[in-house]
Amino acid sequence: MPGISREEVAHLARLARLELKDEELDHFAGQLDDIIGAVATVSDVADEDVPPTSHPLPLTNVMRPDDVRPSLTPEQALSGAPAQEQQRFKVPQILGED
Amino acid sequence: MADLTRLTAAETAELIASGGVTAVEVTEAHLARIDAVDEKVHAFLYVDREGALAKAREVDEKRARGERLGPLAGVPVAVKDLFTTEGVTTTVGSKILEGWVPQYDATVVRKLKEADLVILGKTNMDEFAMGSSTENSAYGPTGNPWDLTRVPGGSGGGSSAAITAYEAPLAIGTDTGGSIRQPAAVTGTVGVKPTYGGVSRYGMVAFSSSLDQGGPCARTVLDAALLHSVIAGHDEMDSTSIDQPVPDVVAAARNGDVKGLRVGVVKEFRGEGYQAGVLQRVDETVELLRELGAEVVEVSCPSFTKALAAYYLIAPSECSSNLARFDAMRYGLRVGDDGTRSAEEVTALTREAGFGDEVKRRVMLGTYALSSGYYDAYYGSAQKVRTLITRDFERAFGEVDVLVSPTTPTTAFPIGERADDPMAMYLADLCTIPSNLAGNAAMSVPCGLAPEDGLPVGLQIIAPAMADDRLYRVGAALEAAHQARWGHPLLEEAPSL
Repeated sequence: MPGISREEVAHLARLARLELKDEELDHFAGQLDDIIGAVATVSDVADEDVPPTSHPLPLTNVMRPDDVRPSLTPEQALSGAPAQEQQRFKVPQILGED
Repeated sequence: MADLTRLTAAETAELIASGGVTAVEVTEAHLARIDAVDEKVHAFLYVDREGALAKAREVDEKRARGERLGPLAGVPVAVKDLFTTEGVTTTVGSKILEGWVPQYDATVVRKLKEADLVILGKTNMDEFAMGSSTENSAYGPTGNPWDLTRVPGGSGGGSSAAITAYEAPLAIGTDTGGSIRQPAAVTGTVGVKPTYGGVSRYGMVAFSSSLDQGGPCARTVLDAALLHSVIAGHDEMDSTSIDQPVPDVVAAARNGDVKGLRVGVVKEFRGEGYQAGVLQRVDETVELLRELGAEVVEVSCPSFTKALAAYYLIAPSECSSNLARFDAMRYGLRVGDDGTRSAEEVTALTREAGFGDEVKRRVMLGTYALSSGYYDAYYGSAQKVRTLITRDFERAFGEVDVLVSPTTPTTAFPIGERADDPMAMYLADLCTIPSNLAGNAAMSVPCGLAPEDGLPVGLQIIAPAMADDRLYRVGAALEAAHQARWGHPLLEEAPSL
């Protein structure tokens, strides 16, 4: 298993939408390397003939009748939003200038 | 009148029902206790004084009108700050939700209200339930009432500390890798992780959805059972909720008896890294089970040695996905929205400012484990280990009725001791994790004080899924036998605050 570099942590942080500071990259690179080294031992026992279990219960799609029920009002749904306008969530620009 | 905060929940409920005391008096006594000690303990993030007193008045009025009330009516309860509470701040121990006020109640909270319990407030926790010490709370650590310089366990340290410090007789916790049982062990209290799906997860802020389970924290086995029976049961709001009758845990707790019960001692949970005094107390408790008439055998569960590794791939993977919802758009903190930055940049700046170290570590670990090229080696292998652990349990439960082990390898460690060493911190949940991976039921009950440091030791009892009543049967038998031996409940040996 490969070790995890500072550059790799920076890449992971971008994927995970975390704007890490430089000192955090060094800090986390060492720690993540240690943790990944320790957890990589799972592959020692994971033979091909062992089926994976993703959940303790067999998951089934649960459907309910498509009835109209009371739900949150727009005001309630928006009440925790950092910014709102005209009964909508107001977000920063999502498209770049180029 | 005796100190109302020292009564068990069962005693309090009986006293209220008989008219010996009002719910308001009980609530006021607990609020006064919180005022007196919580500055030192820091079990609570938020105390809902007015809400608690209003509910207590309502209970007293119902009783005066002769209405039929539930078995815990008027009894105070503290709720981990991971459950949404309508109109009451919910932070999950994180800066990213500071000041957030939910618009709805978690199902567990709704059930507490319907059963007329009095919710005192929200308890401290490791941020997003990630941690084993409650040091990762963005609002500062909780102290262990046995020794305030030590951790109360985690992530539900606030809930266990609140009941240990007599600030509440009951509390609600959540257990993803041991966050109810591990704090119970190191505070000398009772903590139960019900069968996965036995208690609704609706309104619990999700960390790792296939592992998270809410459950009761209490000072006695019977109190835990009474609370368990209030919060358990099928919920159509949670698609992972089990639609089967809840086992009669209260009857089991009232009739603790282990005669003829087959008990398996998990061989893999001892050895290097285990404190001598912890093993000594656990061994004595196993001997006690034998004296009480149980048949004790050693059981081997070889895959349990890989449980910690599998957990630290599965839980971070699920958390990296679950925590994507904290994007600074719909609720919570927003940082860097100065009109020049894109939504993506604002999200990254907000998550950097709003998440603590452990959350960032796990989000990145999960992102790594799920990334293309590594998925099979890490996440896929971890899910196979989960299968092996489930098989180990099935094999073991073919031979025995319950399994036992230490709940934690050591007693409570000093605050700060493991803060910079994530792997050392993760070891605190070594014995509790297999039950989360397999979804079965488990409990921690006190089994004495470690001779070397005088701190509480917990015994873990594990039962098959939907056999939660077996935990209570064993726990109640042990509690009665231990207290007969000690002459009093273990908590009476804790220093006064």
